[in-house]
Amino acid sequence: MTSETLKHHDAHAEGHEHHDAGATTVFGFWVYIMSDCVLFATLFAVFAVLGTSYAGGPTGQELFDLSFVLIETFVLLASSFTIGLATLAMHRGDKAKTQQWLLLTVILGALFVALEIYEFHHLVGIGATWQTSAFLSAYFTLVGTHGLHVTSGVIWGLVLLIQIGKKGLVATNVTRLSCLSLFWHFLHIIWICVFTIVYLTGVL
Amino acid sequence: MFGKLSLDAIPYHEPIIMVTVGLIVLGGLAVVGGLTYFRKWGYLWNEWLTTVDHKKIGVMYILVAFVMLIRGFADAIMMRTQQAIASGGAEGYLPPHHYDQIFTAHGVIMIFFMAMPFMIGLMNIVVPLQIGARDVAFPFLNSVSFWFTAMSVVLINISLAVGEFAQTGWLAYPPLSGIQYSPGVGVDYWIWALQISGIGTLLTGVNFFVTILKMRAPGMSLMKMPVFTWTALCTNVLIIASFPILTVTVALLTLDRYMGMNFFTNELGGNQMMYVNLIWAWGHPEVYILVLPAFGIFAEVTATFCKKRLFGYTSLVYATIAITVLSFIVWLHHFFTMGAGANVNAFFGIATMIIAIPTGVKIFNWLFTMYQGRIEFSVPMLWTLGFLVTFTIGGMTGVMLAIPGADYVLHNSLFLIAHFHNVIIGGVVFGYLAGFSYWFPKVFGFKLNEKLGKAAFWCWCIGFFVAFMPLYALGFMGMTRRVSTYDNPDWHIPLVIAAIGAVIILCGILCQFAQLFVSIKDRKKNLDLTGDPWGGRTLEWSISSPAPFYNFAETPVVHERDAFWDMKEKGTAYKRPAKYQPIHMPRYTGAGVIIALFSLVMGFALVWHIWWMVVVGFLGMVITFIARTFNYDIDYYVPAEEVEQTENQHFKNLEKQA
Repeated sequence: MTSETLKHHDAHAEGHEHHDAGATTVFGFWVYIMSDCVLFATLFAVFAVLGTSYAGGPTGQELFDLSFVLIETFVLLASSFTIGLATLAMHRGDKAKTQQWLLLTVILGALFVALEIYEFHHLVGIGATWQTSAFLSAYFTLVGTHGLHVTSGVIWGLVLLIQIGKKGLVATNVTRLSCLSLFWHFLHIIWICVFTIVYLTGVL
Repeated sequence: MFGKLSLDAIPYHEPIIMVTVGLIVLGGLAVVGGLTYFRKWGYLWNEWLTTVDHKKIGVMYILVAFVMLIRGFADAIMMRTQQAIASGGAEGYLPPHHYDQIFTAHGVIMIFFMAMPFMIGLMNIVVPLQIGARDVAFPFLNSVSFWFTAMSVVLINISLAVGEFAQTGWLAYPPLSGIQYSPGVGVDYWIWALQISGIGTLLTGVNFFVTILKMRAPGMSLMKMPVFTWTALCTNVLIIASFPILTVTVALLTLDRYMGMNFFTNELGGNQMMYVNLIWAWGHPEVYILVLPAFGIFAEVTATFCKKRLFGYTSLVYATIAITVLSFIVWLHHFFTMGAGANVNAFFGIATMIIAIPTGVKIFNWLFTMYQGRIEFSVPMLWTLGFLVTFTIGGMTGVMLAIPGADYVLHNSLFLIAHFHNVIIGGVVFGYLAGFSYWFPKVFGFKLNEKLGKAAFWCWCIGFFVAFMPLYALGFMGMTRRVSTYDNPDWHIPLVIAAIGAVIILCGILCQFAQLFVSIKDRKKNLDLTGDPWGGRTLEWSISSPAPFYNFAETPVVHERDAFWDMKEKGTAYKRPAKYQPIHMPRYTGAGVIIALFSLVMGFALVWHIWWMVVVGFLGMVITFIARTFNYDIDYYVPAEEVEQTENQHFKNLEKQA
């Protein structure tokens, strides 16, 4: 830690009324995640309503390839593991390791997004577009919203890599990585639900 | 290059619209000219546009609310005059195409751009002061929230001059709002105005939830929080839990319209009733988002002006929590006629009636606080008394509508319109106006003119009854909502009476503005030098008026409910600290207003399908935000000497008063 940040911290401690800003931010991020949870819950509810409205179009059973989805899932779960390692390195104060694991996380996240784009491209290619049926509208929207979240997580990770490179593991960056890690794990919980409710029940 | 946008989008052929737009443009030019002439651009930018001070943000929210009150009320009075004259074959002066836009705009503006900003503005001003904090948990986010709201207001006003607004009713039910039946840009304006302001509201919800839970002064346990803060907490819980539903619902409608998806279409498996369910799963909590803080205001006002501690604080808190929970299980009463079956309707009907119980508890809290109190009939207290009578009537007609059998007859009629105006005007508007005159001195340092305030109250209250009681009767007489002409001669007289009521309300609004004008002119005579003009009970009254930008020179320590009253009783109020400390404050930033400006660019481009401009707006937002995160120098210290100087001035004023 640089002397500049230490001074900053002393100043914090001095103002006894000033709450620990980092903890407040992480708590605020938890609350945001709860609201995002409601957002996904709504999309899942929509999918539950429209999940069998095939309108003569293809069904999940005809479209989904579970082994491909399994690869996607493992890529994502691996990234969950790597961001965990990044957080551990961060708490040890090991800047280099933090950066390495965060970089790997970002790469895995990008790979997941690429796989998902490939899957969507494939579906559209065989004529199963979001316009085909209400089921497919709900499918593309739910899975796509998750994908957009992962994409923003990847961008966030890249920005944070630059910031850690420039400023090191200062308090603000530690808070940010803690929030990103929360966000990342949250997205994986959502993905488990997507896997179960959309893909698994889709092919059963 | 410009998507669907061309010069034809400007409604030259509509004289009413063109005159309005002309006035807005002239007014805008006058403001710009004035700012330039008096060289105030720097002041505007440095003190207001970039501010992260919760009090200033609150003032701007309320300013937006007042401007939009004029716009929304202009719509209202146009509808009332149209219906007063368009009887027995007469066409009136508003063609259906225009009339439909007006009732849609009226609803959207009054809920999203009048009531919400007013409520959030009051919350901004009051909550940090009541809990003894120096700002909200995330001051920058607060600025972003406000500017999103402000820019969505700009977007909805652009729709007046460029293109059209939705003709679908304020909640834009599909399939009417789908691309097939609403191919124009009206619904798109509705969509993007709601999405942009909705994000702002959600961020506000998170911000204030964290502020209240994490930043209370030492000693202030949850059950020692002032009631307004309690209701604000519950409102924020509702925002966090319900606004994502609105975001998704509107997004799905957007996907239907822009990408040809089939969520709510008539074919390929779409389900319109899912939209209605989703939008009300947000919409019902929304009415409690609006009214709970109003309840909090009434509680503060009643206790203050009856010089008694609030009767049954605990029961009022639990009633608020009960309403918070129950508000999520009643949404279906907005469409009993969906045909969900007798059992489902019975469940939701009973759940709705149960809400009357905690609400009734609150009414008795206020009544018993007044009982044997020394009631001072100040302006905020008048609003409270008006509320008690008006809101109770509205609540009872609500219970009537909660009976599914009765609802089958009354739904979609003017009875419903009368009911919800009865609770929204009687509860929400009266409450916010009470809060406005109650906390005004704390923000500006002088009191509002009493006489004009009372005149405004009486005009509003009488005007309300004259305008809306005939609507109950018209509902029973079979008149449905949203009609621009009718041929039943029996409806004519009640509608004329209703129009007269609207004019009386107009007098109320004029009195309100006159009050503001006169009070500012005579501010020297009404200065609040003590910081405690009403004999207040909560912490915001313990500091000077106007509140210093850092709020509290020293963080107060709370021992009791009504913390400031307790300090006054024990003689510990107005104590100078032994030594002033430097105060840690957030720096002002222009990032919030810039991000929101890009969101306006993006919203406008999305409405008109100008795709390159969408990209510009989106990237502008993202890049500005990321650039902001590279700034690590976001706070500073106010030197102890500066604090001491400011506080000394206040103590000098106090001595002068004593």
